[in-house]
Amino acid sequence: MFGDLLRRGPALSQEAIVLLMAVLTFSVFSVLIPGFLAPANIGALMQNVSVLGIIATGMAITIIGRGIDLSLVATGAIGVGWLIVQLNAGVPPPLAFLTALGFCLCVGVFNGLVIAYLEVPPIFTTLAMGSIVYGFGKYFLIPADVNYFSEQWKWLTDLAVERPLGIPAPVITFAIVALMAHLFLKYVTAGRFIYAAGDNPTTARITGISIRWLTLFTYMLSAIFALIGGLLMALVVAGMNTRIASSNMVYDVILVAVLGGVALSGGRGGVKSVVVGTILIGILLNGMTMLDLDFTTQNIIKAVTLLMALIIDSFVNPKDEQTGRQGDI
Amino acid sequence: MRTKKAMIGIVTSGLLAMLTAGCDNKPVATGRARTGNPYPEYYQALHGKRVGFVPIAMGFDLTEAWLAGMQRQAQDLGYEIVVRDPNWSIETGIQAINSLIAEKPDIIVVQNNDGRSYRRAIQRAMTMGIPVIQVQQRVDAPSNYFIGPDFYEIGSLSATAMVSQCSRPGAPSKKVALLQGSLTGPASVNELQGIKSALKSHPEIQVVSSQSTEWDATKSYQITSTVLKQHPDLCGIIGFWDVSDVGTSGAIREAGLQGKVALITSGGGNREAACDRIRAGEFTRYYSYNVPGAARDLNTAIKTLLQAGPSQPMKSVTLLNPLIVITKESMGPSSCWSLGEIRQVGG
Repeated sequence: MFGDLLRRGPALSQEAIVLLMAVLTFSVFSVLIPGFLAPANIGALMQNVSVLGIIATGMAITIIGRGIDLSLVATGAIGVGWLIVQLNAGVPPPLAFLTALGFCLCVGVFNGLVIAYLEVPPIFTTLAMGSIVYGFGKYFLIPADVNYFSEQWKWLTDLAVERPLGIPAPVITFAIVALMAHLFLKYVTAGRFIYAAGDNPTTARITGISIRWLTLFTYMLSAIFALIGGLLMALVVAGMNTRIASSNMVYDVILVAVLGGVALSGGRGGVKSVVVGTILIGILLNGMTMLDLDFTTQNIIKAVTLLMALIIDSFVNPKDEQTGRQGDI
Repeated sequence: MRTKKAMIGIVTSGLLAMLTAGCDNKPVATGRARTGNPYPEYYQALHGKRVGFVPIAMGFDLTEAWLAGMQRQAQDLGYEIVVRDPNWSIETGIQAINSLIAEKPDIIVVQNNDGRSYRRAIQRAMTMGIPVIQVQQRVDAPSNYFIGPDFYEIGSLSATAMVSQCSRPGAPSKKVALLQGSLTGPASVNELQGIKSALKSHPEIQVVSSQSTEWDATKSYQITSTVLKQHPDLCGIIGFWDVSDVGTSGAIREAGLQGKVALITSGGGNREAACDRIRAGEFTRYYSYNVPGAARDLNTAIKTLLQAGPSQPMKSVTLLNPLIVITKESMGPSSCWSLGEIRQVGG
């Protein structure tokens, strides 16, 4: 059977496999859990993974460019934490927002410089950068772990729980962010160049693409996505716990991106892959919470499902001399 | 090549600048010289001593408030508090305690991260003759003092309050959800036991969800929003910590169920995390373990131990924080505290 598939070439992309798994788990939960199919629950399901999806979109852009950004969560957490501290201290909102954005961009630029010009591997650069950002933020910018929006910003936090047309605001935000990232990667020259650079940096360079600048640019983009995701996370719970920077959230982010088919070796996948991966995780988390499974069991089921998706992919799309490439992790 | 060298220069100097900027030293406590004072033995016993403090992490309301309270007394009496911040890492915490033991401070104050990890480190300190004060969570190792809340009691009180909340006429149902903290921490485990034992005599109360949030507001928010979609007629939620229950109340508010779904929780009684939320109607009932009181107890234990000296063997003493119940009706101006107030007058 697999021999047939090989001769005909891959019949199903990883994206399609994950989508199928999402449909499957969705059907199983619909039968098992009363109330799962209610429109309000579907809204909650997507809303709970919107932040993850936004940050994973930023992560996907760096991975497509043959990089990785492990400092994303720390950048978002500290950037938004600082924004809240400034707002509560009476700094005018536009200024507070611009400085927070500036901070995140600085992190992106620093990452990009070290990776593109000093040629330090991105995995180490951004791993270290995550700690630097967190430490710097905690020491100089944000006195406390948890920072709440004060009472006067209630109108702002209320925006995050709005439901225009019955769709939760975070889901709409994710949709807009994903659409923009998709259009950028598919139709803007710089976006196409990121694929080229990720697929084969040497060829891309010979073609005349300025690889170093492009790399720098992808890390600036991912820092912006981190800020948007962090802001949404903070608005929904009316505060930001900067401890999230040292949590394992960044692995969930990589997982969501890679699961849907963004290959760690670069140049493959896209925003659609991230959306599909996000939806699968969303369905799993929501259904398992409704079944009242405990934390450990949830983690096991989540991990097994993800591993299954990757195993099925390796059967359906086996590696050979053409598809397997150097640098695959 | 030249650009690369220049880049290396810029990056290195940037890093160095950041490092050196981070190394400003905090002022060391000196204490006033007291001459002609009728209590010289008291001041002498405390002057110039060193107290090590290993919290779970600095930067959140409880640990900052304990430290502020301890610092105030230390500065006044001329001893030093040495803080080792493991930033939520158990391994770093154990290393911090062990390196403190090597420095031979006069007392070590430890906030346990879970139910057992620090056990051997605490035993080592005690056998080396360094008195140990455990704060907030206790491990099963002999130490001089344990100062903290009785989480079993908090669980039992919360559950009893929830029973009467859900038994009143007009309660939407008898369904209750529990939002635990971590699965291994004694705080969470004991509170759950307290809840379960109190609910044993009330089989009509139905626990529809009991999940762990890992003390995270976002996780609390996600679980609560899902549970409320599944059970819109939920009567109430017992949360295990105010800091993470900010997320719980956010989900209740978003579902338009504020005032309908009761939220009973507990915490240190910080104004932002507790009283502001109670006033806004987000928390129905709140059990505060009164952190300023705990800071005072810590200071008393430190003073007692420093005066008794290291050679005095003593029985392990437990000082449980007296609980304060706060509701919208019972709340007064002094029900909660802020860090600024503790820095001014606390301990």
